[in-house]
Amino acid sequence: MNQSKTSGAPAELGATSRNDAWWVEPALVATGFTLFIIYATWRALVDYQFQEWGPYLSPFFSPKITLPGWQWSPAILILWMPAGFRATCYYYRKAYYRAYFMDPPACAVGHFGGEKYCGETTFPLVLQNLHRYFLYLAIVVVGFLWWDAFSSLFYNGSFHLGLGSLVLFGNCIFLSFYTFGCHAFRHLVGGRLDCFSCTSGAKTQFKLWNIVTKLNEHHMLWAWVSLCSVGFADFYVRQLAAGVWTDIPFIGS
Amino acid sequence: MANYEVHEYDVLVVGAGGAGLRAAIEASSMGVTVGLVCKSLLGKAHTVMAEGGVAAALANVDEQDGWETHFCDTMNGGKMMNNWRMAQLHAQEAPDRVRELERWGAVFDRTKDGKILQRAFGGHKWKRLCHVGDRTGLEMIRTLQDRGVHQGITVYMECAITRLLKDGNKVSGAFGYFREDGRYVLFKAKAIVLATGGVGKSFPVTSNSWEYTGDGHALAYDAGAQLIDMEFVQFHPTGMVWPPGVRGILVTEGVRGEGGILRNSKGERFMFKYLPEATRNDYAETEEEAKIWVDAAIRGEKTQARRPPELSTRDNVARSIYLEVKAGRGSPHGGVFLDISYQDPDRVKKKLPSMYHQFKELADVDITQQPMEVGPTMHYIMGGVRVDADTAESQVPGLFAAGEVSGGMHGGNRLGGNSLSDLIVFGRRAGAGAAEYAKKHTAAPSIVDDQIKAAIDEMEAPFNRKDGKNPYELQRKMHEIMSTYVGIFREENDLKKGISLLEALKEEIKQVSISGTKTYNPGWHMCRDLRNMIICSEAIARSALSRTESRGAHSRLDYTETDPEQQKSNTAIFQDGDSMKLEKTPTPVMPEELKKLFVKKEPANA
Amino acid sequence: MREAVMKVFRGTDSGSGEFKTYKVPIEEGMVVLDAIHYIQGYLDPELAVRWNCKAAKCGSCSAEVNGHPALMCKSRMDHFPEGQEITVEPIKTFPLVKDLVTDVSWNYEVNKKIPAFKPSENADWTFMQEDIERVQEFRKCIECFLCQNVCHVLRDHDRKDVFYGPRFFVRMAGLEMHPLDTENRAGILKDQAGLGYCNITKCCTEVCPEEIHITDNAIIPLKERVVDEFYDPVAKLFKTIFGKKK
Ligand SMILES: Cc1cc2nc3c(=O)[nH]c(=O)nc-3n(C[C@H](O)[C@H](O)[C@H](O)COP(=O)(O)OP(=O)(O)OC[C@H]3O[C@@H](n4cnc5c(N)ncnc54)[C@H](O)[C@@H]3O)c2cc1C
Ligand code: SF4
Ligand code: SF4
Ligand code: FES
Ligand code: FES
Repeated sequence: MNQSKTSGAPAELGATSRNDAWWVEPALVATGFTLFIIYATWRALVDYQFQEWGPYLSPFFSPKITLPGWQWSPAILILWMPAGFRATCYYYRKAYYRAYFMDPPACAVGHFGGEKYCGETTFPLVLQNLHRYFLYLAIVVVGFLWWDAFSSLFYNGSFHLGLGSLVLFGNCIFLSFYTFGCHAFRHLVGGRLDCFSCTSGAKTQFKLWNIVTKLNEHHMLWAWVSLCSVGFADFYVRQLAAGVWTDIPFIGS
Repeated sequence: MANYEVHEYDVLVVGAGGAGLRAAIEASSMGVTVGLVCKSLLGKAHTVMAEGGVAAALANVDEQDGWETHFCDTMNGGKMMNNWRMAQLHAQEAPDRVRELERWGAVFDRTKDGKILQRAFGGHKWKRLCHVGDRTGLEMIRTLQDRGVHQGITVYMECAITRLLKDGNKVSGAFGYFREDGRYVLFKAKAIVLATGGVGKSFPVTSNSWEYTGDGHALAYDAGAQLIDMEFVQFHPTGMVWPPGVRGILVTEGVRGEGGILRNSKGERFMFKYLPEATRNDYAETEEEAKIWVDAAIRGEKTQARRPPELSTRDNVARSIYLEVKAGRGSPHGGVFLDISYQDPDRVKKKLPSMYHQFKELADVDITQQPMEVGPTMHYIMGGVRVDADTAESQVPGLFAAGEVSGGMHGGNRLGGNSLSDLIVFGRRAGAGAAEYAKKHTAAPSIVDDQIKAAIDEMEAPFNRKDGKNPYELQRKMHEIMSTYVGIFREENDLKKGISLLEALKEEIKQVSISGTKTYNPGWHMCRDLRNMIICSEAIARSALSRTESRGAHSRLDYTETDPEQQKSNTAIFQDGDSMKLEKTPTPVMPEELKKLFVKKEPANA
Repeated sequence: MREAVMKVFRGTDSGSGEFKTYKVPIEEGMVVLDAIHYIQGYLDPELAVRWNCKAAKCGSCSAEVNGHPALMCKSRMDHFPEGQEITVEPIKTFPLVKDLVTDVSWNYEVNKKIPAFKPSENADWTFMQEDIERVQEFRKCIECFLCQNVCHVLRDHDRKDVFYGPRFFVRMAGLEMHPLDTENRAGILKDQAGLGYCNITKCCTEVCPEEIHITDNAIIPLKERVVDEFYDPVAKLFKTIFGKKK
């Protein structure tokens, strides 16, 4: 018995007997990511003069950090945190291993390159294991964004509600659904336990775990929705700041 | 003579279902060497398909339960044809065996206070079936499989035994072939445990898989053991009837245990009118009462209401469905309707997940919305190798049998859930019996070359015959005979006709041929399996002809009554020279203290 | 009568095997395994196929239908466009025996290496349904090995030397999360079992006929447990101070 022989696996990229359009999904994902990355990089490094307008602060530039002597875009100081969070997120890993690394591009379809496959066991990919530290940072960032959204309700000493606030709140909600549906979070709040009913502490954790599990079941959805919402929130503020769009006020001015 | 490889063990277990695995675990823990052989891959035996549960009087849900009641239910269900000692041991030991499974890692569904949950099943007075949703058999086989693997038992997968070898009157080994490449193999063994399961493939509509060609029955018969109670073939009342490809696939009794309702095409809940007089009082009288029982069961509460009529014994429900269909009140595809859709869909999906998927995917029926169509399907054989109750040894020294292949435990009709418990109770006993035997008989088993040569010749023959019969065609013929003449309802002329046709078919089988190589050649395997199937078919037909009454699963159109006299003897089949002989042997008589159990406390229980 | 055209792989060597075409009459509700049985029973008795239950319960009949890893007894013929050929091939990751049958014994060897269930000595054996719900999901596995087949670590990279595969992560998750188990398998998961080779691309989950959320509920939680033990200095420190749970 020859145990290490693969009995005819497709060797080259894309080889498969599948006759459906398996390439559509990776193609869409790759397009989506690429567009976002281009936009975010442009905003962070080139177009960063439009950071806030009236009561609204773009999520790309929150919190406002002033470092003495820092003469580059403040987004650089911030964006590495959510970027690291998403880059090490279990869902995004799946998505870009498929769409960019094409290892594998789709199920039962031949992969791209690489003689010796090491997965996430060696540097740099072994660092994916630090995802939970990015989670801690991401929770802080989301906290600031909630703060921004609430602050936008109070402008010049009086209550104010405009479309911008709704955009910011919407973004916070989606980002929270994404962040608190994180697999690492699910583990930390309760998943690491073996017995959910053994102590009263465990029972509380079980309840939390159940809530996180509900969010986690749609983690992919929240990953995309929050990616779009954060991009849109930034774009909205940018357009206001650049004077292209005008905000729609509902209460106050 | 062709080459063959040789292995030697103290105990050889043939069959890796629940019974075989449990036997192997027991024997190996007693310090003898154990080999385990199975026809398919490990973990794929029939046991994996068992759904509803394993019966054991743990009294976790209904605390009135106890081994005595379980014993009485089993005997009543078996129409007193059971070997009482087996039924007693079974009822007494099942709870410990189930708890032991849990200690080995099985994860049963729980009651609210964290104990093993039990559900109702036909013929069981109390809620008694420990279960895991509707995949209890999977849980059981995986637990035993992993336990066995960690005990270091050697497993020979996809290896079929074709002959038992004897040294004088006692067994000394087994001969077989590997399905993968057709190489032959000889196992020398001091003791052999048969745990090969049943005979369903003799019938066209069955819940059984290709493995159930009655190999163990035939091996024991060839080796000189007796087969008892072969007329008792259980037709499960609820098999799928549509689409054609899945005809016969089981719909677990758990559906009825959870409150499933049977109706005919007129919408009548017909089971009320088919309850046998003797047990009518154990069942609800009205739909309202049945509903109260179901509602209470769902909430996990106690009630005075009695259980629904659908929970009558299998033989009775199967016959009732058959009669309803015959009377023209059947469903579009020749069954009746089984309905659970009145319950909360989420609960149905949780309690019966594989039924939900099975119907959704194979029949486009959503059982949470629509009724299922069901009809009787050949399911289980109560008859089998006659064994000693305590040691599971057959009349051939060194040959043991446990599980479906053994006879006596279930008498005239098996209760649902009593098979899985049978496997672990008597699997363990057979393993222990075989290990004891092997320890006592220290001399190395000796093998007679002639027997090996005969076994090899038999396997080679189909390749050497040119232009013989196609094995699949012969199997279709046998199916035709069995379904026409030896079905649910039997009659003297039919049975006689069936037997003569089987006799003729036996001759044709000698002409079977196959081409190609020995590498995984299913046609070749079928050539050999045919012989076993026909032995079992003939044994069933002859036994059925000899029992001139209706009792349990055996229903005669020409003798519709139960005859108390015939309770007194079992039917035994054995080989005499080249022909099949039949003999009536006395049914073991229960001691007085057990008889007392039936008189006052326990109302008779159909 | 309507007919389906079946293109079935025939051969004993993946290099020199070939597809043979058979015409099979279609019955309502027919599955691919029925078609294969028809071929066996009427056209070609030698066609090798593994099956047992025909009800998606035993996990014997794994194959690739039109390139999709699937159970043949669960693949309805009417799900394929009428008139189009249906290809049936053996699974790819294990050595071919013949036609649709492969040698999956490697999986059984792997299974032996997993440390057995080890309940705590003084357990009283009561535990609640919510404690075992996760474990019961894993124990639904019917060992069809379709996940092992599709996993690119085994299928494309052939890393059977360092990687146990999704089926056995499911099994280990079932043991690790059992409320009474006391064994710690994190070290084995990280080293011998090669959990880190999984890049969570989820093909295993996509093909699992039992709909076990292999990646989300078994592999990722196990990865997190490995992180606790080996990659997270803070968790490690916490554990050393407040004592080990297991
Ligand atoms: C669909 C279905 C549902 C069921 N549900 C229930 C239930 O809910 N509760 C219950 O109690 N019972 C149930 N039963 C009945 C019960 O599952 C079986 O009776 C029981 O599993 C038989 O177990 P066994 O160990 O005797 O044989 P099996 O589990 O069938 O094992 C037989 C073994 O013998 C091997 N074998 C056979 N012939 C040979 C040979 N010639 N050489 C080598 N090996 C051989 C096979 O490969 C296999 O490993 C159900 C049965 C079916 C079909
Ligand atoms: S998720 Fe991991 S285990 Fe599953 S198929 Fe992908 S790489 Fe393999
Ligand atoms: S986990 Fe799912 S796909 Fe994998 S072997 Fe088990 S049932 Fe099959
Ligand atoms: S897994 Fe996606 S955010 Fe943590
Ligand atoms: S035959 Fe059992 S899963 Fe298909």
